[in-house]
Amino acid sequence: MLRLTAGRVGSLLTRRATAALSTSSARMASHEVSETVDMSQPLYWDRLDTPLPDRPFKDIVSAADKSLKQKEKGPWSQLTKEEKIALYRLMFCQTYAEMKKPSSEWKTVMGGIFIFLGFTGLVVWWQSIYVYPPRPRTFDPEWQAKQVKRMLDMRVNPVEGFAGKWDYEKGQWK
Amino acid sequence: MSLPKPVMRGLLGRRLRFHLPVAFTLALTAAIAFKYTVTEPRKQAYADFYKQYDAVKEFNAMREAGVFQSARPTGE
Repeated sequence: MLRLTAGRVGSLLTRRATAALSTSSARMASHEVSETVDMSQPLYWDRLDTPLPDRPFKDIVSAADKSLKQKEKGPWSQLTKEEKIALYRLMFCQTYAEMKKPSSEWKTVMGGIFIFLGFTGLVVWWQSIYVYPPRPRTFDPEWQAKQVKRMLDMRVNPVEGFAGKWDYEKGQWK
Repeated sequence: MSLPKPVMRGLLGRRLRFHLPVAFTLALTAAIAFKYTVTEPRKQAYADFYKQYDAVKEFNAMREAGVFQSARPTGE
């Protein structure tokens, strides 16, 4: 299948890896469901962190492109603005601005998060009715009061902590 | 379109020369602040507590409250 080298792994992540160099004959022979990318050939990619791909985006085929490439060999100040843009579009598919364009994916993500949170809430509610054991007696207010009194009797953390905040002479919190 | 050539070398060194003194100063400040806002008051609180501490009185109070198993309240 794919023969990966370390440098090519990153290219797997791009959605822009073109199949232009994959062998079409192999595709016809093997009836592959997904199109395979020939990783042994130079690849093109649009990535913010790796700016210069192995090959230019378009191969120069038309005569106009060829003459433009010839003109590129001379001083660039003689190129018009349109020619410079055309040369850029030959070399690259997307500009950095186009790559960085924000998408609305975050709305889908947040929506999915909230849907699952809501569903989890319903599950927890059902569980609290049908699954949870009886409430332990240690949660009753009377038990809690007796527990606090016992902690104060034991002088729990008498310097800076729990019993330290209780006034033993007056019998109230400081 | 002739921009000056950007700085290509010594970038890490430049960053460290700026950020290391800042980091050390901030760390030292944090330690000093912690010492004088937390540890010194805490040492003083402990000193004050034990200056007026009567261990026997506290023991008897705890005993009467019934928290010990080996020393039951004097009534029982």
